[in-house]
Amino acid sequence: MKKVKYLLLRRITQIGLLVLYFGANAYGWHILKGTFGSSLLFGVIPLADPYTTLQVLATGFVIGSDVLLGAAIITLFYFVVGGRAFCSWVCPINMVTDLANWLRRVLKLDKEEVNYRFLKRNARYWLMVLGLIVSAVVGTAAFEVFSPITIMQRGIIFGFGAGISVVIAIFLFDLFGVKNGWCGHLCPLGAAYSLIGQKSLIRVKHDHDACTACMECKVVCPENQVLWMINKESVSVTDGECTNCGRCIDVCGDNALGFSIRAMAQKK
Amino acid sequence: MAKSSDNNRRKFMATTLQSVGLTALVGVLWSGYSAEAKAAKLVLRPPGALPEEDFLKACIKCGLCAEACVNRDTNIDKETGKQRPGTLKMAKGGDHKLVGTPFFTPRDVPCYMCDDIPCVPVCPSGALDEASVTNDKGELDINMAQMGLAVVHKESCIAYWGLQCDACYRACPLLDEAISLEYQKNDRTGKHAFLLPEVHSDVCTGCGLCEKACVTEKAAIFILPREYSTGRPGDHYVKGWDVKDQQRVGERKMDEIETQDKRSSEAPVDYLNKEIEY
Repeated sequence: MKKVKYLLLRRITQIGLLVLYFGANAYGWHILKGTFGSSLLFGVIPLADPYTTLQVLATGFVIGSDVLLGAAIITLFYFVVGGRAFCSWVCPINMVTDLANWLRRVLKLDKEEVNYRFLKRNARYWLMVLGLIVSAVVGTAAFEVFSPITIMQRGIIFGFGAGISVVIAIFLFDLFGVKNGWCGHLCPLGAAYSLIGQKSLIRVKHDHDACTACMECKVVCPENQVLWMINKESVSVTDGECTNCGRCIDVCGDNALGFSIRAMAQKK
Repeated sequence: MAKSSDNNRRKFMATTLQSVGLTALVGVLWSGYSAEAKAAKLVLRPPGALPEEDFLKACIKCGLCAEACVNRDTNIDKETGKQRPGTLKMAKGGDHKLVGTPFFTPRDVPCYMCDDIPCVPVCPSGALDEASVTNDKGELDINMAQMGLAVVHKESCIAYWGLQCDACYRACPLLDEAISLEYQKNDRTGKHAFLLPEVHSDVCTGCGLCEKACVTEKAAIFILPREYSTGRPGDHYVKGWDVKDQQRVGERKMDEIETQDKRSSEAPVDYLNKEIEY
């Protein structure tokens, strides 16, 4: 059970949120309405995705105050508490890319190391900025035109239509194309959350004394460049690209990894 | 040492150039695809929607309007007691409309013109403009909505054949205001009357109840976005008998003719004198 604790908690959170969103449309629930772009919590608290809000602002449209307030609330939450937790605890595409990643390991597709020279992990930051430029040029929120995240979420709430093909494309790309290709290299929304969550409180902490250098954590980590300290130093993972998914903690047999609060981690 | 720093710089320059180049490539493809994706013209938007160009900038694709529409209290079928499908749909892949934006198809489900307009106040982004459907008294007024305009195709409208049908007229929530029946003599029989539906564009909201009610196989009365179902005479045509129309033109000077084409470069008499072809 310990080996999948955080994995289970994440799936419960992800699916639970989707159930709430689905129920808001299908049964008129008032708990969590809308989509990730903009939501309404308990019928009063606005929530909005910061990067989507920026795209709308980039078109030159002066967006409503509900969205601005919502984006501020979400930004503040991940800035102070969650880090990049949206990606692993909320986003439904995470389930798709995790499945692709798991299949890669089962099918041993990772054994042959392929050098994707043209696709680096920082490509997402270029795309994030580019998305805002394209929004301004074309006059519509540009990432939202094909965003697999909201297409999948709306698909679950309102019906998929041909939108399912985008989700399948991401799955195939991550499985047969680039390892962690979408979430770890391309997604501009994830890039935005990486920047927002850089200084957040919740962090994975590594205990060098307990580590036996089995490297299980590096195998499962979707952003394993952030685990540079494994078997080297007892420090926290401070890189904003860490999604706080907790898979490394799950698979660690030596209790060398665990969640901690940043300030406390630094004192010890 | 000098050589290795030279190499490093060269490598840095090359990878930066590559990143910029690939970003430009993606930017061109992305812009092209997005421009095509938002190009769907014949889309009917919810009440209070901004003009299409602004609407596509503003809409954050959250679906709150569609959820408010389907879950409104009045959307219960009185016979079965079950919820009916909502008017507003969220465009998905294959709908050939900008994905995630709300629209409606009157022939399937028209807009029932709720008094409290549940879809508009919930819009967080301002893509649905509450002010545009609020009257002078500060009340929501669905009759101010301009979702589209009903258009009659005379040749397929059986009332124009002389058959007795007033389905659209009866279905109209603004009966005798948005659609009126014009009486004309049927010269073919000599003893019957035509009862012809006529749409009044200053009143019609584009709700589509007429299109839904139309009895022909493919509706002979249907809703088009106003941009595509209205013309514009321009400022140089003035109803001299109408004070309001005079005010519309205001202080315009007669020599500022804005319509420029081959014809306007010549004086009207030249048409006869010089046998100008147009």
